[in-house]
Amino acid sequence: MKLQAKIPEGSIQEKWTNHKETLKTVAPANRKHFDIVVVGAGLAGASAAAALGEQGYRVNVFCMNDSPRRAHSVSAQGGINAAKNYRNDNDSVNRLFVDTLRGGDYRAREANVYRLAEVSNLIIDHCVALGVPFARDYAGYLDNRSFGGTQVSRTFYARGQTGQQLLLGAYSALNRQVAAGNVTVRSRQQMMDLVTENGRAVGITVRDMVTGRITSYPADAVILATGGYGNMYYLSTNAMLCNGSALMQCWKEGAYFANPGFVQIHPTCIPVTGDYQSKLTLMSESLRNDGRIWVPAKKEDAAALREGKIRPSDIPDQDRDYYLERRYPAYGNLVPRDVASRAALERCDNGFGVNLSGRAVFLDFTHAIQTQGRKVIEEKYGNLFQMYEKITDVDPRKEPMMIYPAIHYTMGGLWVDYNLMTTVEGLFAIGEANFSDHGANRLGASALMQGLADGFFILPYTLPDYLAGLPRKSDQQGTSQAQGLMRDSVLRVKQTLALLAGMKGNKPVDYFHRRLGKILWEKVGINRTEEGMRQALPEIQALEEQWRREGGITGGIDTVNQELEKAIHLEDYFALAQLVIKDALQRKESCGSHFRTESATPDGDTLRNDELFQFVGAWEYKGPQTEPALHKEPLEFKYVKPGDRTYNG
Amino acid sequence: MDNNSNMHFVLKVWRQASPKAKGYFQTLPVDGISPDTSFMELLDIVNNRLVEQGQETIAFDHDCREGICGACGLYINGRPHGPDDEITTCQLYMRRFANGSTITVEPWRSAAFPVIKDLMVERKALDKILQAGGFVSVNTGAAPEAHNILIPHAKVEESMDAAACVGCGACVATCKNRSAMLFVAARVSSLALLPQGKPEAARRAKAMVKEMDRLGFGSCTNIGDCQAECPKGITVDHIARLNREFLYRKR
Repeated sequence: MKLQAKIPEGSIQEKWTNHKETLKTVAPANRKHFDIVVVGAGLAGASAAAALGEQGYRVNVFCMNDSPRRAHSVSAQGGINAAKNYRNDNDSVNRLFVDTLRGGDYRAREANVYRLAEVSNLIIDHCVALGVPFARDYAGYLDNRSFGGTQVSRTFYARGQTGQQLLLGAYSALNRQVAAGNVTVRSRQQMMDLVTENGRAVGITVRDMVTGRITSYPADAVILATGGYGNMYYLSTNAMLCNGSALMQCWKEGAYFANPGFVQIHPTCIPVTGDYQSKLTLMSESLRNDGRIWVPAKKEDAAALREGKIRPSDIPDQDRDYYLERRYPAYGNLVPRDVASRAALERCDNGFGVNLSGRAVFLDFTHAIQTQGRKVIEEKYGNLFQMYEKITDVDPRKEPMMIYPAIHYTMGGLWVDYNLMTTVEGLFAIGEANFSDHGANRLGASALMQGLADGFFILPYTLPDYLAGLPRKSDQQGTSQAQGLMRDSVLRVKQTLALLAGMKGNKPVDYFHRRLGKILWEKVGINRTEEGMRQALPEIQALEEQWRREGGITGGIDTVNQELEKAIHLEDYFALAQLVIKDALQRKESCGSHFRTESATPDGDTLRNDELFQFVGAWEYKGPQTEPALHKEPLEFKYVKPGDRTYNG
Repeated sequence: MDNNSNMHFVLKVWRQASPKAKGYFQTLPVDGISPDTSFMELLDIVNNRLVEQGQETIAFDHDCREGICGACGLYINGRPHGPDDEITTCQLYMRRFANGSTITVEPWRSAAFPVIKDLMVERKALDKILQAGGFVSVNTGAAPEAHNILIPHAKVEESMDAAACVGCGACVATCKNRSAMLFVAARVSSLALLPQGKPEAARRAKAMVKEMDRLGFGSCTNIGDCQAECPKGITVDHIARLNREFLYRKR
């Protein structure tokens, strides 16, 4: 199949406006005849379900948690970008567009990124109307701060809980539609299968995580809003329920998986402390507005710190290396995430790392507290300081935070066209689940923007166009065929689960997942080499074989069984891990988060190869024992010429 | 293995196979624990060892493990979220416990939160309360330019204090009346403080309180345990504001 991105004609400023004119609509009286399934209830899923409910469609929302309010969007801390230019610092839709494209190292689709920037301001307006308590100045106007990879202040925030507040906003809009009877929320359900009929999505099959019941839900369209697959690496900033299973189910039904190798590593997370650590906690990028990152300039100081002989505050300023300010003076501590992560790794690899293991750098607020006062800093970051102190038992107001990079976000996801439809007709992917807007690296405070842009302002326009083209229900042939497909799907899922539940080895799922994560972190993490990745493939296969021999799942299938839930995800991670590596192997260039050591500038920054790799790599599933096929969507840049992505001058 | 993984504990964990089944405390000794282990990770370790012995694991709710999703909620040694202030259970670390001590772990106890299994309870009632009116009735696309609504700094900060609620249910679990008053007040107050939420404020307060009563939560008798155990430090001042909203409506 040739990839049809369906990018509209016209100038980039007019594409979305013109395109909306051409999209078909559904009359209000007819909307209630359409069943829409939304999988996932984070920012993207909740906003889409609410907006579609408002229009009058019948919407079923599925989520794994007991309530949509707990979706992982809730953990986003720092903020949400918009091109309001409230600070008069020469921001504009165009500047947000260019920053995002450049931040993604010119591996995103130009038209999609422009549209994202274009609708960004509507999101702020709507969220304010929903009652999101964004930070305000004393006159009552909205406040802003800065995030990495930009030279303007365009980030709106609600303390360090912006994701929570936006999610509660979207969730409240969702609740209003539940009360109105348009939306049904089905919680504690996990998607197990996508049902397709002649290449068209006609429903999903889910497992009730309390009773184990397997049920199929027919749908006129399926919206996948299940987030990213960062948890494949075991240790990540993702919540424990985040997983890649729904993405893989859709992949196996014909949805192409785009740029799976683009995985973001966040530079400022609390470092790993023990073997049993289950997740890594992010310390918001917003902290880099006022915090300065450094390591000792002398190796002996670093060694003394590791041994606990001196404290960070004992090291005088002239003996500190503020390496981001030194290497990237124009952006300083606010370089994009991939740049900051690599720079931290470089310092630690060279012996300047600071905690027990030597795998950490400092994020220091002493200067900020001295110049701005403790009260101001506390108001901006108080909850983050509290969180850090609870975890580490160290007060970051007195001694600098210790931080280290960790897996955070996946730019890769299901391939979608301009209408956010995947290569399976009637299957749409929104938010982190799709690949479309962030290229090879996402800028800070843009995930919330994209989730809400897709859910509130893009999908509600593009989905009706698809629905309007569907045959009328009464004329539909083959409804019984669809019912048969649903029954088959239920049977298939039951067989898979029975096999899993029959695994009676004595090693728990976590044992394997932790090992898989370690392989991936080392071989397809910050630095990637041809040799390392080629070694990783057989290691993963061997681990999967060991899992089949020695893995154990206790408990039944018709009850709450969290081991079974984890096993379902682990099985998908084995396949997904190989896909990620294959994608990273084929892309013999460095761009954004994807750093092939073979392709670097003399300064150790990414070196792109636009001649050969200016494309989206979309992978097609070809069957269980067959190699997936790579399809390329060439990227054209008419408005922004891919240039240097240097942040140093 | 950490060099300092030398703590040991005896866990007394509530086990209950299903909502209607009879529950009991299971005693589980656990050793080799580092003080930097979080309470959720302690349960992970215990569960992994149960799998190694072919036994069924302990079911418990958890997700973000950084104190913001509100999924986790356990009674630990008789306190919601355990022996520390302004934390959720996932932010509790084993360094807070005396080495060798016995730790009692129970699910939330409230008629409105029936036990699903072991330490997992059903909290859909909280969603239902919010569905009764915890929103601003604005359609997507209908919003005015954001700066047309000005909100003084202090007001929005106070609104944010209340909006920080994570919906964990600790306030209900700790209340002797099993009242959800602090939960309801947090949402009502957060919106009532903002101009966007004003037009519906009185109707909202009445509808949400009515739904709370219908769902079997108790009444508030101003004890204040909820404030003491709230992981986000939400105060009973917001209950006072809820009561004011409620009274205006009655008039």
